[in-house]
Amino acid sequence: MKIYPPPPPGTQPENACDAYRSTLLRAPRLAPVPLPHTPTELAGPRFDRLSISGESNLTNRGSAEPQGQRIVVAGKVIDEDGRPVRGALVEIWQANAAGRYLHSRDHHPAPLDPNFAGAGRALTDDDGVYRFLTIRPGAYPWRNHPNAWRPAHIHFSLFGAAWASRLVTQMYFPGDPLIPLDPILQSIPDEEAKRRLMSSFELDLTEPVWALGYRFNIVLRGREATPFEEPPCR
Amino acid sequence: MPLIPTASQTVGPFFNFALTADAALGAVAGPEAPGERIRLALRLLDGAGEPLRGDAMVEIWQAGADGQFAGAEETAGAGFRGFGRRETDTDGVCVFETVKPAAEPGSRGGAQAPHINLHVFARGLLRHLCTRVYFSGEPANSGDEALALVPAERRATLLAQPSPDEPGLWRLDIRLQGEGETVFFDV
Ligand SMILES: [Fe+2]
Repeated sequence: MKIYPPPPPGTQPENACDAYRSTLLRAPRLAPVPLPHTPTELAGPRFDRLSISGESNLTNRGSAEPQGQRIVVAGKVIDEDGRPVRGALVEIWQANAAGRYLHSRDHHPAPLDPNFAGAGRALTDDDGVYRFLTIRPGAYPWRNHPNAWRPAHIHFSLFGAAWASRLVTQMYFPGDPLIPLDPILQSIPDEEAKRRLMSSFELDLTEPVWALGYRFNIVLRGREATPFEEPPCR
Repeated sequence: MPLIPTASQTVGPFFNFALTADAALGAVAGPEAPGERIRLALRLLDGAGEPLRGDAMVEIWQAGADGQFAGAEETAGAGFRGFGRRETDTDGVCVFETVKPAAEPGSRGGAQAPHINLHVFARGLLRHLCTRVYFSGEPANSGDEALALVPAERRATLLAQPSPDEPGLWRLDIRLQGEGETVFFDV
């Protein structure tokens, strides 16, 4: 059986974060009520059994190749003990190379790309590994503060072994000059925790004469319970 | 040393085309699933009382009419998924078609009343919010171990109310902030 201890302080953002203006009317003001884990939180949807369709190649939706730098994004999904999470549903979405989402409410005056859908799905294999073929996203402006730009990022959604291991996050690219200016990434207090949202360029993941490779490993909540989890009776 | 879980980041405003385009994800229980059929209408409101129009998403996870979770050894019957996902509409509302869950055991020999688990994601939420929906008037609510942890004067924020004119329809407002703020759980 797995247990789900609380994450160490500072390694997750707090919702109240004034620098990210959208939080001002949306972050709860009252402290959450601690809840012991019941069968509800310890079970979770199994997408290897539910049928959910998806495609891990984001570059083959049109009649031609999409614009931009072709990249492989791959990594391993593991739990807090380092064990692979098998059959985990990984969903991604992102802007195209020009920094525009295929979304009716994205009004950024950058071109859409008819050959790039911008969203994909994959299930991790027996080693916990996922892999997408996509395009390096462009940075885009937003209205958080004057002259605000989001660093290039790919949105990730993951379901692990339990409801309590649910994670939605964003992956960033190494060396992006917008990273220190981004209130969303900088909402995480712990420097190491921020650094772990950075993908790394890896020659081993590249496809020669085809695509560059970036690694993004993900740790989901969950540890194996040890036999001495409860203090022994005296 | 255990590894540290990856940090959360907001779902942002543009998730819909990737996560909620498949309308079938709102059907938590298919027509063949046994149990009392219900529709759960959730309305999301911000600290100014404004609906979260389209840039928020709710996921639900629940046991079936036999108290079992889908994917458990004994599954809760054909057509029961237990999981649903919907974006809010222009009125801040999302509706799930499902069956009323049965009571299930709690953490340490305690009891739990029928309930549905919610995850709320939105632009402006750096971490998703966890809460639960209970059913107003359900006798088992008084013995529920999670409700017992909630200050009595805030429990009503978790109680869905039956619609007076549409049988099977239950409604609940989720207030992210301010007067009548919904109880969220640290899970
Ligand atoms: Fe984004």
